[in-house]
Amino acid sequence: MPRLEEHCWSRSCASRVESKTFSGGNWVASRAEEMMSIVTTVLSNAYGSLHSVRAAHLIRRGLVLFTVGVVLALVLNLLQLQRNVTLFPEEVMATLFSSAWWIPPCCGTAAAVVGLLYPCIDSHLGEPHKFKREWASVMRCIAVFVGINHASAKLHFANNAQLSLTLAALSLGLWWMFDRSRSGFGLGIGTAFLATVITQLLVYNGVYQYTYPDFLYVRSWLPCIFFSGGVTVGNIGRQLAMICLCPGKCSCYFQPHANHISTC
Amino acid sequence: MTVRERLREKISAAFYRHGLLCASYPVPIILFTSASILACCYPLLRLPLPGTGPVEFTTRVRDYTVPSHEPQGDLGERPDWYRGPPVAYIQQVLVKAAVSPWDSTLVPVDVFRSPLGRVFSLLEEIRNHVHNDGSGVRSLEALCLQVTDLLPGLRRMQTVLPEHGCLLVSPGNYWQNQRELFDSDPDLLKTVHQHEPKGLHTSATLRDLLFGVPVKHTGVSLYSRKRVVTYTITMVLGSYDARFLSSLRARLRQLHPSVNCSLREDHMVHVHFKEEIGMAELIPLVTTYIILFAYIYFSTRKIDMVKSKWGLALAAVVTVLSSLLMSVGLCTLFGLTPTLNGGEIFPYLVVVIGLENVLVLTKSVVSTPVDLEVKLRIAQGLSNESWSIMKNMATELCIILIGYFTLVPAIQEFCLFAVVGLVSDFFLQMFFFTTVLSIDIRRMELADLNRRLPAEAGMPPPKPGPLRPREAPPPPRPSPYTITLQTPAFRNLRLPKRLRVVYFLARTRLAQRFIMVGTVIWIGILAYTDPAGLRTYLAAQVSEQSPLGEGGAGGLPPHLGVASVFPGPGGDPASTLSVLPAPAEPTPLPENQSQGHHGAPREGVPHQAQAPPLVPQISWGAEDEEGWRRLSFRHWPSLFSYYNITLAKRYISILPVIPVTLHLSPREAIETRHPQDTRHPPPPSLKTNDLPADLTLYKVAALGLAAGVLLVLLLFCLYRVLCPRNYGQNGVAHGRRRRGDLPCDDYGYSPPISEISPLLLRGHSMDIECLASDGMLLASCCLAGQIRVWDAQTGDCLTVIPKHGLRRSSSSGCWEQRDGGRVFDEDEGYPLRRRTTPRPALFEDQPDLTPLIDTNFDSQPPSHLLLTPPRDGFDFGGLVERAYLEHEPPSPGLTASYPSPSPPSGPPPQRRRSLGYIQPPVPQGQGTPDWESAVWAMELRGNLIAAGRSSGKLELWDAVEGSLRCSNEDGVSGITALAFLNNRIVAARLDGSLDFFTVDINKPLGLLQYRGDNIPPSPCYSSEDVISCQLTRSVQCAHQKPITVLNTHTHTYQVSQCGGQDGAICLWDVLTGSRVSHVYGHRGDVTSLVCTTSCVISSGLDDLICIWDRSTGIKLYSIQQEVGCGASLGVISESLLVTGGQGCVSFWDLNFGDLLQTVYLGQSSDGQGVRQLVVLNNAAIVCDFGSELSLVYVPSVLEKLD
Repeated sequence: MPRLEEHCWSRSCASRVESKTFSGGNWVASRAEEMMSIVTTVLSNAYGSLHSVRAAHLIRRGLVLFTVGVVLALVLNLLQLQRNVTLFPEEVMATLFSSAWWIPPCCGTAAAVVGLLYPCIDSHLGEPHKFKREWASVMRCIAVFVGINHASAKLHFANNAQLSLTLAALSLGLWWMFDRSRSGFGLGIGTAFLATVITQLLVYNGVYQYTYPDFLYVRSWLPCIFFSGGVTVGNIGRQLAMICLCPGKCSCYFQPHANHISTC
Repeated sequence: MTVRERLREKISAAFYRHGLLCASYPVPIILFTSASILACCYPLLRLPLPGTGPVEFTTRVRDYTVPSHEPQGDLGERPDWYRGPPVAYIQQVLVKAAVSPWDSTLVPVDVFRSPLGRVFSLLEEIRNHVHNDGSGVRSLEALCLQVTDLLPGLRRMQTVLPEHGCLLVSPGNYWQNQRELFDSDPDLLKTVHQHEPKGLHTSATLRDLLFGVPVKHTGVSLYSRKRVVTYTITMVLGSYDARFLSSLRARLRQLHPSVNCSLREDHMVHVHFKEEIGMAELIPLVTTYIILFAYIYFSTRKIDMVKSKWGLALAAVVTVLSSLLMSVGLCTLFGLTPTLNGGEIFPYLVVVIGLENVLVLTKSVVSTPVDLEVKLRIAQGLSNESWSIMKNMATELCIILIGYFTLVPAIQEFCLFAVVGLVSDFFLQMFFFTTVLSIDIRRMELADLNRRLPAEAGMPPPKPGPLRPREAPPPPRPSPYTITLQTPAFRNLRLPKRLRVVYFLARTRLAQRFIMVGTVIWIGILAYTDPAGLRTYLAAQVSEQSPLGEGGAGGLPPHLGVASVFPGPGGDPASTLSVLPAPAEPTPLPENQSQGHHGAPREGVPHQAQAPPLVPQISWGAEDEEGWRRLSFRHWPSLFSYYNITLAKRYISILPVIPVTLHLSPREAIETRHPQDTRHPPPPSLKTNDLPADLTLYKVAALGLAAGVLLVLLLFCLYRVLCPRNYGQNGVAHGRRRRGDLPCDDYGYSPPISEISPLLLRGHSMDIECLASDGMLLASCCLAGQIRVWDAQTGDCLTVIPKHGLRRSSSSGCWEQRDGGRVFDEDEGYPLRRRTTPRPALFEDQPDLTPLIDTNFDSQPPSHLLLTPPRDGFDFGGLVERAYLEHEPPSPGLTASYPSPSPPSGPPPQRRRSLGYIQPPVPQGQGTPDWESAVWAMELRGNLIAAGRSSGKLELWDAVEGSLRCSNEDGVSGITALAFLNNRIVAARLDGSLDFFTVDINKPLGLLQYRGDNIPPSPCYSSEDVISCQLTRSVQCAHQKPITVLNTHTHTYQVSQCGGQDGAICLWDVLTGSRVSHVYGHRGDVTSLVCTTSCVISSGLDDLICIWDRSTGIKLYSIQQEVGCGASLGVISESLLVTGGQGCVSFWDLNFGDLLQTVYLGQSSDGQGVRQLVVLNNAAIVCDFGSELSLVYVPSVLEKLD
């Protein structure tokens, strides 16, 4: 049983590695292609692979995370638009789907990958995340994340350094409040770094641009946002991995926790 | 460290006292808290209510000066937004034009073509007007608001709206303010309409903007009945110059005198617009609120074990919300005006403050011992959590303090709010919520707790009640994770996903509610944006509030008094005068002028008198005075927003309109005609005049109908996709359902039902009382006392031990095939097809010897071991171990009685007389079975049947021979339960004691045979063996009430369980004899117990099946069964549980508590409950069925699961 789960997880890890290898201008296209293929495989496998319970669970988790990522991307992009932080070449209408079409799917895919990666890493390290594992805490975490985005978009700071420092402190506070795990911190840093590099590449290649770039080509608070986003999505992913949507599959993650309860 | 400890103690003591106080005087404290909440919220009344409605303020024109930025002392009724210059001054020229007299030769287009044509000359006049006085020359170009580009998204309006110049809008903008374009336009209406947006729009349209009056009132229509065209020329001025405006007014009035105009011209209205919430702002806001509600939901869901979950959840939410209100109120009181958008930061504040403390408090109080006084419980719970609450609060305050020193104004303000909110939240938690909690706890009675307990999973009660005073160690406080994790994990039902979705939708009536909510919201939006709806109310409110409007009739709500105030030249002037102040001009002059106008066509049109409607009448009423009120309140913001000028939180000043009356002669109208104008159809009759309005109605109705049909089709398709074709057409299922209320899950879904024809074993004359099996043999005992032994594989009756007579009656099994079910009918004995079953050789060649019974009775005094209750059960391990060791090697002729060592802590044991000592060669004498008493318990192992009788006698029968091997009459109270353990028998008696018997087999060497494939092979007792049964140990007071069930399980742990009539289940370690755990879960007797390697399943008289975790003793979940069939339980495999029902057996998945399948046993099974159930070798189930036994094979279920 754990082997199967491991296999699934390693598959998700592999897809992550694949996604890393893309670079440069064709990154977006390949990413979109990958996303399309993922969607088609998900759709075609949705009914076919329901008998293999674990894969179905993984797919379902991935779908939930993807949806969360898409919704968060849309909403948070709206927040940024109000301050005209990003400028997309086409019309900047104050509608929900104002951003480029590829932004939400990319964010959704990233969310799915990160959210599946967190429990995977937890299980590999052998230290299941036990701190505040409940939905109320997850909701609180999401709310704080949205608040950080809100602050980045709406608050008027004297200078950019102040804004970035404040957001960095807020992101660390988020991690301390809801995660407090080494793996979470490491993965958050990794996510932030990678995402910032990707954003730099995108902006460098002229896919889109920031109105007031102050850190190379992007905003300096971008890593903070990515870090807290990674922590938040990881939180959701861990919670999703813990609940049992299907019989038996949760036992790997659930069992140590149950032992923990019985011992404490 | 010591300081910390001392601090902790002090805090704890303070909280304890506080809890006592709160629980003692709940009503005064709640009153005090409510009063303080109200007092703190009082300053909120001064804050404006949220909403986008504009606010108005009226001043006089004459002494108007631009208000300064600084707030002045004599503010009076001046609103605080009335500071600084407005964004713009709006000067409207209201033009009313008509072709008079109306000629029958005119075509409908003439109604508006020539009046609209006059706009160009008027525009010319206005643009070229120059006021020249001593200070200089002023023109409109200098005063007007210069605008730049339109927003990039509005390119299609570029031809219509002015760019790079004065913001001056009029209907002439449709034709780029060029008369030539207008004259060459074949279809004016088409030009006007082509700029209208498609679809339903409630905000200002371009037509509204250019005409300046609502569409209805323009009169630009082919079907206009009044034949008066109304439009405005709107000048947006950047700066105010009274002299220029007055000269313009005078000039226009002089050019186009409005004869009967009585408009007041001395008031200007300042309109302040609130911040508008657009879609882009709304969506993140809504998202944060959704997250907030999800957080509140997931938090309050954890409140448990209280009388009213909903009440406490409400109290928690009220606590947080009112603390926020208090914080805002307090901040306002101390002069901090909120500059942040309250609605935006509100969710973050709630999240920061959190509901955790409230939940922690509830959990802590609930987990205090139930039998304590309420006051003490509250106090104890409070003091338990005091340290963590204080620690958390200090941490949060520190974080907020750090945030305060970021020196960013917005963050500082947020932190200030948060600090006040935290403190007030703490106050409310301590006073309000604690008191509410105490009231709730007081309401909860013990009965409630007991009733509630079986339904809740995973929480053993801290103390079940005062009945059990000996239960000294309180169980460890349940971890807060227990419920949230285990319940959903185990209660997940195995349903098809699509069915789950559909059931969820059906159960919650989601679609219906969505439609209802959507309708309500839609109606609300309509009511808010409808020009006749909220705006009227706003206008009425504003004009009531405006202090200057009260002097005259203008203060009247413009729309309400319109009908009676309508003055007309041919109407009743007296009534007009009574309402309106008399115009300054003498009336004769307008009379003359209008006469002059009317006089000219009088010769040409002789029928003027008889056709009064032919003369269009231009009337000026109070509604024209502030005509902009009839426009949407988004009119001005949208006009300015086209040029990227926001009116949010700013104001504009609207100057009094300049009325212009135009009378055009029919000749002029004909001259300006376009050749195509006459092609329009003649004016339709009056009836069709109402057509346009009705048409939209029909359109909406048709659209709605189409949408509805589409929706139905869509849902139908969805249904066909989701549900298979023949779903729900299974007639058998419906027929079967009526047999009894099947246990169905939360979704109202019953798992598949099937019917099988079991193998019926007949022979008993009365209802079967006991049933025992060891896999190969099956022993049953009926109420009449007859014991029958069956072959479990074939169903042959091997032995009958009748009640009267001791002789073994060899059975001859016969069976008949009858409609699929094999029925054994022994008494009737009509074999249709006889099948000679090859009996096992073991039974074939048994020598029928008179058994040598060497029964060694060693009476063991009942040691009152538990008089002084130890904490964790009495450890009689040492005793049992010794006895075990003594009897482990089967020594022949063990006749001596071993006096047992007295227990270390108990009183000296009372020796009891040995009741009997049976000589070895006893044919039938002393071992006489006790026929008077009923068999209460029976157990089968090997070929030895142990029967416990109500007289307290324990008998051992040979299953094959049907002969009594030995009996023991040590106990006097009836044996209620029996269990075999390797070579011992554990008997539970009615008085709650447990007796351990040792069975000694003295068999000749070489005859030792093993039979069966059980893991601990049960020794086979052949008939030559000498069997002795000896009471080795007796434990009294294992339970307070009779033990009803006894079960052993020898898998990984040597654990024996027993359940008593007091609803308790004890797990005993067989090796050491110590009690492993002791749990309470049933309200009545525990009637059945089985166990697997990981869990223990018990069922009681309350028809509840509880599944316990074996190692921890935590109840995993429970299943409520139907009435009267809770007694029968069986475990087929590790994860498959079978229970009996009314004429059926049900299969459950142990891991999830799912009902897998229900199997009906035959057709005429109404009202017969299955009370006994035995699982044979994991392949078949034997259950009693009245006087019959049913042998059920369940291969399908097994294949599916294993």
